[in-house]
Amino acid sequence: MAVTLMKGNEAIGEAAIIAGCRHYFGYPITPQNELPAYMSMRLPKVGGTFLQAESEVAAINMVLGASAAGARVMTSSSSPGVSLKMEGISYLSGAELPAVVVNMMRGGPGLGNIAGAQGDYFQAVKGGGHGDYHCIVLAPNGVQELADLTVKAFDLADQYRIVVIILGDGFIGQMSEPITLPAPSGRVFDKSAWMLSGATGRDPHVIASMRLAPDDALAHLNARLQDKYRVIEKAECMWEKSQADDAEFLLVGFGLSARICRSSVSALRKAGVRAGLFRPITLWPFPSGELARAAAGKKKILVVEMNAGQMVEDVRLSVLSSVPVDFLGTLGGVTPSVDEIVERVRSYAR
Amino acid sequence: MPVETLQEKLVYGRPQVLADVPNHYCPGCGHGIIHKLLAQCIDELGIQQTTILVAPVGCSVLAYNYIKVDGCEAAHGRAPAVATGIKRVHPEATVIAYQGDGDLLAIGTAETIHAANRGEKITVIFVNNAIYGMTGGQMAPTTLQAQKTKTSPYGRNPADVGYPIRACELINTLDAPVFIERCAVSSVKGILKTKRAIMKGLRNQVEKKGYSFIEILSMCPTGWGMEPREAAAWVDSDMTPVFPLGNLRDR
Ligand SMILES: Cc1ncc(C[n+]2csc(CCOP(=O)(O)OP(=O)(O)O)c2C)c(N)n1
Ligand code: SF4
Ligand SMILES: [Mg+2]
Repeated sequence: MAVTLMKGNEAIGEAAIIAGCRHYFGYPITPQNELPAYMSMRLPKVGGTFLQAESEVAAINMVLGASAAGARVMTSSSSPGVSLKMEGISYLSGAELPAVVVNMMRGGPGLGNIAGAQGDYFQAVKGGGHGDYHCIVLAPNGVQELADLTVKAFDLADQYRIVVIILGDGFIGQMSEPITLPAPSGRVFDKSAWMLSGATGRDPHVIASMRLAPDDALAHLNARLQDKYRVIEKAECMWEKSQADDAEFLLVGFGLSARICRSSVSALRKAGVRAGLFRPITLWPFPSGELARAAAGKKKILVVEMNAGQMVEDVRLSVLSSVPVDFLGTLGGVTPSVDEIVERVRSYAR
Repeated sequence: MPVETLQEKLVYGRPQVLADVPNHYCPGCGHGIIHKLLAQCIDELGIQQTTILVAPVGCSVLAYNYIKVDGCEAAHGRAPAVATGIKRVHPEATVIAYQGDGDLLAIGTAETIHAANRGEKITVIFVNNAIYGMTGGQMAPTTLQAQKTKTSPYGRNPADVGYPIRACELINTLDAPVFIERCAVSSVKGILKTKRAIMKGLRNQVEKKGYSFIEILSMCPTGWGMEPREAAAWVDSDMTPVFPLGNLRDR
């Protein structure tokens, strides 16, 4: 396929259409506005529905309705708007409905700023909404991966009847890169056993998270969810290792931070320091086992994030006390520089 | 001489889509009556197999267990948004959002106004009982002036918390809706009128006309601390002066 120059946010939109998404509901917020604009331009041309909702709360509930009705559906937003979607994400999770939610993170808390940031790791990975649930969380590090993972996100959502969050940031959403548009996966998911379409020739279907009776009905639902999460943890971890095998020092980052880590590894190698990179691509499920194996025997791990230290907790849980873990974070929409990462790692070597 | 045989003719029965199970509503509650009317209308229009019901959070949270059509839960106040998502995927289906006053006019006001303003081709059944039934009788946006509730123990004071909101009149300021009517299920006459309004609201969807809004003044004897008969009388004496019955729009 031909190479095209695309903005990250637009690449998500085109990839969603390639994946068969024909319904999009969203509310404007920077830095992801190119995505709803793209969908409003493209969806009507492919027989789809673009609807600008009255709020992120409404948008996520329109997503819930469309998903219950059997459609592949997506919404997108940035940090403050994603906070508003949390109630809906909890309901989607309880009702086991598939959906793809894009968060192009910006600086927080509160209104924060509109620069890219990674401060919503906890919200995406640890819950955010109420109750015992997980979303699959994908962390692309560039425009090509945004497109590829978007196609994958729809398959994962349908396969597991789960919410998939694409956790990017304002920088990768707005950067332009040459990409090859992904092909449709070709996978087909039969939703006829549960979706709402009118009870023609069958008993009525009900989509609900609520379980009142018998007394242990909710416990059973939750146990089933947990079983599903264990399956996903086994089957769906994604990560990338680069120059990690012979490294003395291992950098760990996701998304944009991982790109900066990759440049830092090159710079360190040039300076004669054996550094390597481990990049989780799924943040939930977190590739703990792989990370622990990659970290074995290293002198130190440096976790780099555009936040005050969130994924670093999962890194520590993965390696426990086997390797010392250091952290370098930037706050408020500031990106870490290669120089400061190199300097930090060189200080370990001295 | 031929012997004349008595012909049996069923003139009244349980609607087919109304599940034959005991419901959880209190004696004298309006929800049960409204469920039956909705079920009758679905039966008579023959749309059992194409109807999708969105249940609210409120006493009618289990509506999908009583009306045997495809059903969907919605978070508190979000039924019009959920119904929008469903309708946009299945434009041929008849999609109903069934909501209480807290659901529709407090936490879900934005979703209510905007679904109406977009002219979503759905039918909204709004059960106005002037109280939060499910959570034990707190003040609602439609609670009357001076009405005592769990959270307005001295009576609703407009100087402090404003006046009851008139949903039909509010929605009547918008251009898109095709049908707006307020009825009451406090009397036999009112019940028959309510059924006609629900029929019209559903037929508007079958005929792809547009957004229909039916407000139904309804009894909550438990929340109001009244006997069922007293509660029905209170709808007529106290609620209808604030919420005048009648059709506001029929296009
Ligand atoms: C987000 C959220 N807030 C609050 C509640 C608690 N709650 C459940 S029902 C309800 C009010 C219901 O009143 P109404 O909509 O008038 O319905 P009714 O029970 O009177 O029919 C409230 C506040 C909830 N379930 N979810
Ligand atoms: S509390 Fe009120 S609205 Fe709820 S079931 Fe009882 S009477 Fe009906
Ligand atoms: Mg009420």
